[in-house]
Amino acid sequence: MSEQTTRTGQTTHTDVVEAGEQMAEVALTVNGVPRRVEVPVRRTLSDALRVDLGLTGTHVGCEHGVCGACTVLLDGEPVRSCLMLAATADGHEVTTVEGLTEEDGSLGPVQQAFVDCHGLQCGFCTPGFLTTITAFIEDNPDPTEEEAREAIGGNLCRCTGYHNIVASVLRAAELARGENGEAEATDQADGAAADDEAQAAGKNGKDVPREAADGERQVAR
Amino acid sequence: MTIMEERQAEIGRPRPRKEDARLITGRSRYTDNITLPGMLHLAMVRSPLARARITGIDTSAAASAPGVVQVLTGADLAAEQGSMPNAWPITPEQKTPPHPAVAVDTVNFAGEIVAVVIARSAAAARDASELIDVDYEDLPVVTDLATAARDEEVIHPDLGTNRSATWVFDSAQAGTGGDVEEALANSEVVIERTFTQQRLIPAFMEPRSTVVDPTGEQITMWSATQIPHVLRVMLALTLGVPESKLRVIAPDVGGGFGGKLQVTPEEVITLLAARRVGKPCKYTETRSETMMGAHHGRDQLQTLRLGANRDGTVTGLDVRLLADMGAYLGLITSGIPILGAFMYNGIYKFSAYRFECTNVFTNKVWTDAYRGAGRPEATFAIERMMDELATELGMDPIEVRRKNWIAHEEFPFTTVASLEYDSGNYEAATDKALELFDYEGLRAEQRRRRESGDPVQLGIGVSTFTEMCGLAPSRVLGALDYGAGGWEYAQVRVLPTGNVEVVTGVSPHGQGHVTAWSQIVADRLGVPFENVEVLYGDTQVAQRGMDTYGSRSLAVGGMAVVAATDKVVEKAKQVAAHMLEAATEDIEFSGGQFSVRGTDQGVSFNDVALATFAAHDLPDGFEPSLDSDATFDPENFSFPHGTHLAAMEVDTETGQVRVHKYVCVDDVGHVINPLIVDGQVHGGLAQGIAQALFEEAIYDESGTLLTGSFTEYLVPSAPDLPEFTVDRTYTPATTNVLGVKGVGEAGTIASTPAIVNGILDAIRHLGVEDVPMPCSPSRVWNAIQQARTSGQQAPEPEVAP
Amino acid sequence: MRPVAFDYIRPDSVEEAWQALADDDDATVLGGGQSLIPVLRFRLAAPTTLVDLGAIEALKQIREDGEDLVIGAMATHHAVAHDPLVRAHASVLAQAAASVADPQIRYRGTVGGALAHADPAGDIAPAALALDATVEITGPDGTRTVPARDFFEDYFTTDLQPGELLSALRVPKHTGWGMHYEKFSPAAQSWAIVAVAAAVRTEDGTVAEARLGMANMGAVPLRAPAAEQALAGRPTHGPATGEAAARAGEDTDPPSDLGGTPEYRRHLAGVLAGRAVQTACGAAGAVEG
Repeated sequence: MSEQTTRTGQTTHTDVVEAGEQMAEVALTVNGVPRRVEVPVRRTLSDALRVDLGLTGTHVGCEHGVCGACTVLLDGEPVRSCLMLAATADGHEVTTVEGLTEEDGSLGPVQQAFVDCHGLQCGFCTPGFLTTITAFIEDNPDPTEEEAREAIGGNLCRCTGYHNIVASVLRAAELARGENGEAEATDQADGAAADDEAQAAGKNGKDVPREAADGERQVAR
Repeated sequence: MTIMEERQAEIGRPRPRKEDARLITGRSRYTDNITLPGMLHLAMVRSPLARARITGIDTSAAASAPGVVQVLTGADLAAEQGSMPNAWPITPEQKTPPHPAVAVDTVNFAGEIVAVVIARSAAAARDASELIDVDYEDLPVVTDLATAARDEEVIHPDLGTNRSATWVFDSAQAGTGGDVEEALANSEVVIERTFTQQRLIPAFMEPRSTVVDPTGEQITMWSATQIPHVLRVMLALTLGVPESKLRVIAPDVGGGFGGKLQVTPEEVITLLAARRVGKPCKYTETRSETMMGAHHGRDQLQTLRLGANRDGTVTGLDVRLLADMGAYLGLITSGIPILGAFMYNGIYKFSAYRFECTNVFTNKVWTDAYRGAGRPEATFAIERMMDELATELGMDPIEVRRKNWIAHEEFPFTTVASLEYDSGNYEAATDKALELFDYEGLRAEQRRRRESGDPVQLGIGVSTFTEMCGLAPSRVLGALDYGAGGWEYAQVRVLPTGNVEVVTGVSPHGQGHVTAWSQIVADRLGVPFENVEVLYGDTQVAQRGMDTYGSRSLAVGGMAVVAATDKVVEKAKQVAAHMLEAATEDIEFSGGQFSVRGTDQGVSFNDVALATFAAHDLPDGFEPSLDSDATFDPENFSFPHGTHLAAMEVDTETGQVRVHKYVCVDDVGHVINPLIVDGQVHGGLAQGIAQALFEEAIYDESGTLLTGSFTEYLVPSAPDLPEFTVDRTYTPATTNVLGVKGVGEAGTIASTPAIVNGILDAIRHLGVEDVPMPCSPSRVWNAIQQARTSGQQAPEPEVAP
Repeated sequence: MRPVAFDYIRPDSVEEAWQALADDDDATVLGGGQSLIPVLRFRLAAPTTLVDLGAIEALKQIREDGEDLVIGAMATHHAVAHDPLVRAHASVLAQAAASVADPQIRYRGTVGGALAHADPAGDIAPAALALDATVEITGPDGTRTVPARDFFEDYFTTDLQPGELLSALRVPKHTGWGMHYEKFSPAAQSWAIVAVAAAVRTEDGTVAEARLGMANMGAVPLRAPAAEQALAGRPTHGPATGEAAARAGEDTDPPSDLGGTPEYRRHLAGVLAGRAVQTACGAAGAVEG
């Protein structure tokens, strides 16, 4: 038995490696930063990201390739990091949820869309959706609602019923195209929310400011 | 002394959530993210057999495997592990089998834990777990509910029966209605039906995970739980650990839906393991372990008899249930069907009602809370029956419901099941739904397709619902023999700068309480939304609480926040009066400003906060703090309701079913944040539709779970679901000052019967009378085939397992 | 769950891959890993060596070779679905590839991996059968080709011998043919309960030749000879093709599982074949003009 200690960031992980277990030196670029880890070859990319690199934003929901929570971008393409060995990612570029913010620290278009459209509840599946959608709107900058639905078919969410995630895909595409999209969203704001605004206004005897009606309300359709 | 600014009300505003920023940038704090110095990892060895005697366990190879620190069996833990708690003995005679966290002598479901490996890495623990050799002696397995109820084979021999308890409600005895047998005997029509509520898996997206750190003065447990407070007291009671020596933290929790409303063997084991080795221990389950080892939901056989007159007036309802407990009684396993007992009458005025439920053990993982818990079962049954009645009488399904529901002017209304519904407007919700749905237009389309013999037929499914939310008045829980109260706690702390910390006893895991509570407090204290911080989920921070389930958080927990906030204002008024040299009675508070009635003199909330902190000049005897707490016990349940309409397409050639249109109009009272409320409804709809169309936990005769992964257990993805048209009417609850009712379970409850009613409406003319859930393509096709060949020589069906 | 430990080799050439397979009898080839990694994680298999073909660029190519398209074993479903050559000359294969599981799986999963895994519910094989494709197999003793319809031997079992690699799928160009893939699954992500790939050549408004490949109608992917013969000579429009295609389920012994009974599957095969053929005839008619 040999003990292998890997120092990653501020956290020290101790990992036990069975005698004779083959190790791999893996060099990969994660969110633009070159990283190098030595891992047992059986280690999945999801474990390498979470355990060895301390990037716990990537979540593991099923480990058998259905839920999609662990989706990361490999050279820009969405892949399940639980269905890939870390060793296979050697030499590639990986983007995780931690890498989706803009350089100035502001939210990326998909992240912003999820906030605008209330596209997440518990947040566990969210990183996988964010990465999947990031790649999708690059391929298809102006998707239809049906295309948006199909695009997220490899990601399970148990909280949202997908309604607001589909809206988030369309909103993200708008943002990525550089469109504000407020007018459209206002037109399509569904009856319930519009009524709630009326309710709030009525109760307080004030007009609903436009900010609430469009700036904060992008749950189109 | 500033001029009061126009403030926009926060309540009712579609605020984007405060919670999102972390969760969308990877700064999440789920339990499995936690790594502590020297932390060890656990792997469980689970029984592959559904019922067996353990005749020997050889752990020697595992104990000497690389990286292994210790191996534990049930025998090792027998003296300290106690029995997993059941907090709801529904009758004094209830039979409750002992339930060790690690099986000692026998296993009673496939997936039960028989040994535990503690090792230096998760991989090493898993590798070693495969070296453990368990000898089993097979015992007869009973998986079928009805078979188990006949006691031909008794699963827990010491109990003498598989029947855990029988619970009865009878309106004649309760004085809320007549005798049901008499009513049925005098009815012009009696309809009898049997429905199966299939077994479901909650399928929260975050697998359960627990980390225990035994190295501090208190033992600290992080766990993916909905109920940190209940967990703490139950661990103390189960293990004999002083409660004050336990700290339980629910960090970010990735969904629950009732599935994490549990005190789990895995939590007990991780605590015991950490205490033994004196080092932090982590256990994170695999999805397969979730599927087989975490509690399931539903699983009931419902037999109903409904009496009515030819004009559509229902005269009485008799309900008999067999409820599948699985092998053991979890935290509230036994009470789940009872939560439905009060809801079988739905939104209707029935004059006689009787409910009888028998809880039965089988060799499957135990059932317990799953979104709706008892109420979806009840709503499904009555809403299916109302459609059956409409069919029998040749009436429109809406008309039958209209004929029987409680009219708006009849509220408050005491139901035949003894609940007092405080408010409701079923007419308004239904009318709005019909309009949004284009009911008449779709009926015309249905006729057109029927006349042309279109292979894709259209059906319209109707469901109304109400539910008892805001669990729960403590006196009611006491009357039902539940082991605890239903109050909720909050504390509001005012910081010197005027920032406000709100401590809440509820335990959010996706519901957006941080945002909603901030909106409530911002309005009531007149402070900016951004200045409110909401703290929760740690028994050392939120020292009291009853946690999150049963659509209770806002109606009970939110009201505790209101009560605590009101106390802050009362205290602050005294300070403001002192500062303004006025009488406290003359102080008015609005929009964050204290002012003297009839003058333009005033001080701001921040001024008062700072003055209280400084404490240089306070009223005589005034305790220098504005901080306040409150415990709110609701006087009644709240009763959201709604009308859901589903247009269903059925491809009669393949059995394929598609939701063509879905409209729901819910009345959840006042709305704090419409974005969040919409989201709750959407998610609930998806889960209810999933029960109707996709999901079922299936065991074979040997007790092996055939749907042990997401490949077989079909959680719908986005392309499987429609867009939803979600709208609301507003009939405030009268039993709380916020006028809120609860929304967490609404969508789940009404959507299942709406979908199934819609499918049947599409193919009833072909002779189909029922399709068991989930209405998979093969089941729908089989139902059509059987209807077509009935009367003719039906071919012998080839049976799928 | 974590897999059992194994050794890992990522060769740069086919020759190195052969060597790695020769060195360990219990070695397994890793393609895209979308089926193999779950199997390893569930510990349903424990190969001692994984030979990862991901670095062999030659296996990823999709190219023309005379009257054939040659699709490298390591071409991903995504690549096949979007490849202009495949879409032009073997569109049903592109369509089948586009229907595999979900986007993430399609970015990693490979045509060769899917064929070698030989799940009878897989999407690639029915299209390969309908296109009369052949499988290219290479080993230290040379390269051999096997018609796709002979390649599959049983559930998860193929003609691949120890030490051999599936290197490519060779697909005759079906320029001008009408094609369609009808997949019927209980949920969007799921494996097919039944799927039918149809390829038809039409002449003067009648079906001159039809081939049907079916998923999940037995232990291996199947052709539908009775339906194919019945289709020949039928008019492309009207109910005749549907009636003929309805015979697709004849003489099959499909599995009984959670998706349905054999009886249901045989019925579905007929319905789906009818729909696939009708759509394919429409596409062929459009080409025929």
